[in-house]
Amino acid sequence: MRALQQSPFWALSVAILRGFLRDRAAVFFAVVFPLMFLVLFGGILGNQDQSKVDLVQVGAVPLVDGLPKEARAAFRQTFEVEQAKDRAAALEKVRKGDADVAIEQRGNDLVAHYTQTDQVKAAVTQGTLRAFVDGANVAATGRPPTYSFTAERVEDDSLSVIQFVTPGLLGWAVAMSAAFGSAATLQGWRQSKLLRRLQLAPVGTGTIVGARVAVTLLIAFGQLAIFLGLGAAAFGLTLTGSWWMSIPLVAVGTLCFMAIGLLAGALARTTEGAVNLANFLVLPMAFLSGSFFPLDGAPSWLQRLSDLLPLKHFNSGMLDVMVRGEGPAAALAPLGILAGFAVVVTLLAARLFRWETT
Amino acid sequence: MTAIHVTGLTKRYGDLVAVDAVSLDVAEGEFVGVLGPNGAGKTTLLEMVEGLRQPEAGGIEVLGEPVWPRNPRLQPRIGVQLQASSFFERLTAREQIRTFASLYGVGRATADGWLERVGLTDKADSRVEDLSGGQAQRLSIACALVHDPELVFLDEPTAALDPQARRNLWDLLSSINDSGRTVVLTTHYMDEAEVLCDRVAVMDHGRILQFDTPAALVRGLDAPARIRVAPGALTLAQAAAIPGVTETREDVDGVVLVTRDPAGVVGALAAGDHLDGVTVQTGTLEDVFLSLTGREYRA
Repeated sequence: MRALQQSPFWALSVAILRGFLRDRAAVFFAVVFPLMFLVLFGGILGNQDQSKVDLVQVGAVPLVDGLPKEARAAFRQTFEVEQAKDRAAALEKVRKGDADVAIEQRGNDLVAHYTQTDQVKAAVTQGTLRAFVDGANVAATGRPPTYSFTAERVEDDSLSVIQFVTPGLLGWAVAMSAAFGSAATLQGWRQSKLLRRLQLAPVGTGTIVGARVAVTLLIAFGQLAIFLGLGAAAFGLTLTGSWWMSIPLVAVGTLCFMAIGLLAGALARTTEGAVNLANFLVLPMAFLSGSFFPLDGAPSWLQRLSDLLPLKHFNSGMLDVMVRGEGPAAALAPLGILAGFAVVVTLLAARLFRWETT
Repeated sequence: MTAIHVTGLTKRYGDLVAVDAVSLDVAEGEFVGVLGPNGAGKTTLLEMVEGLRQPEAGGIEVLGEPVWPRNPRLQPRIGVQLQASSFFERLTAREQIRTFASLYGVGRATADGWLERVGLTDKADSRVEDLSGGQAQRLSIACALVHDPELVFLDEPTAALDPQARRNLWDLLSSINDSGRTVVLTTHYMDEAEVLCDRVAVMDHGRILQFDTPAALVRGLDAPARIRVAPGALTLAQAAAIPGVTETREDVDGVVLVTRDPAGVVGALAAGDHLDGVTVQTGTLEDVFLSLTGREYRA
């Protein structure tokens, strides 16, 4: 360990890591920015589908009041019930958006006054109320129902929003910081002639590249730990069996996006240009690779196109092993594809690389 | 032993001949300056000698070793300060020099010692971005010297510094070859080359026009001296009558006598008790440059 700490590799790695940790913008875009999306998607949007429907009951509604105990509990799970004496006031509440639906009973007819503002809630409300009326009709015949209905989930735990967004956002975060890191280092060091200076020191290119790769991997594993830790602690993220395969996936994904950053750094003439080019490559790729929303609803040509993007394979590999409960083997194909991209893009960047900016 | 042996070195960029058949020998322990305006080819010449650029033609030997391709035996023996401040971003001065020291297998104590020697101990915890131009150059020089190289290249270490900071740096620069270290410095400041260097190579358009000691360069110039005395010390007619005076003129600051025999003329002035406010100005490197290139020096 002591020998390692005195080696040029260690000195370079520490210098690069310090440079990263002291760069507020870099830390923000690598960690804080993606976490903001995680909080947004997982915390705020994720809770919306669990909120109850606000129901205002006008006067006595015997159909609801007379529900058997179990049915009443089910009803309360969907609806937040509030009593109103005045029909006009109840309708005004719905119109203003303070309640989702107002119900009253006219003879044997259950009437629901709903708002179309939230179409999903409107559909849920109508479907649920109709089911209760049907159930009451069956009960009124005094005979046991002929048909029954049971719902069973396919997944161990439903693929809720947090389950879906965590692997995708993590993929985007890792891709972004790996690409930016190598693009900015290559260009910045070339601009300041530090690359030249290091070339004149008794340090091999392998040591320099190795130190940069080691630091980027460390940052990527830090991102993995923060995402999984925060996702599990704050938003109920549940990992499935072979989630540990995300570690090699993150490692190879990091290499792949470092290569893309190197390409951007080799092509651009300024540090800003390199970072912008890396952004130009990674951000649209994140949208097309399902980092922010699933691609299941996208047209098939778009899905074929996304198959050409490394981030798509990175994301789907992470999704498979982290939340879909697939075995370790599910990560093998994405690993191979990412490694292939890394090799090809690195070779391309090496061909285009110039020591000097002029 | 020769520290640097260069023969017929040539480098072109497209149509531009940046370095044109340059031959140069630098002895061990010498402090050599390469003087020339921007674009004269100084940096390209230096980069080829350092082994950063492949020459198109010609041979280079540094400390008895070939420099191209990248020679690992040579790297620990040479130190380099490049034109830009080549630092790791956002590190403090101390972290910076310790990092460079580690690359050469040099310990922290030595690195901190260099920080003290260049007068940056009280700036040790400042980030390189917060250093002044002069402080950054000092650090950059310390980083080039931290592994105690036998030969050190300094590429325009005083460029972009104000005159005060430049002069402050001269003390440091003149001390770095005390221990017999060979120093090669590029500059476009005449006074700097004159003060610091044992020998100066005057370079323009990729060629070395002359390579000699500053005194020899000025002597070889055969330029007349200008002797000035206070106004009213003597009349123009008296001045013109002194043997050896080739030209006279008078302005508000006094009378100017141009001569190729300054000693004789000063003697004659003393004999006539006309020495009031006398100054003698002989040729400078600026005159050397003017006579070598036929044009005013453009820094």
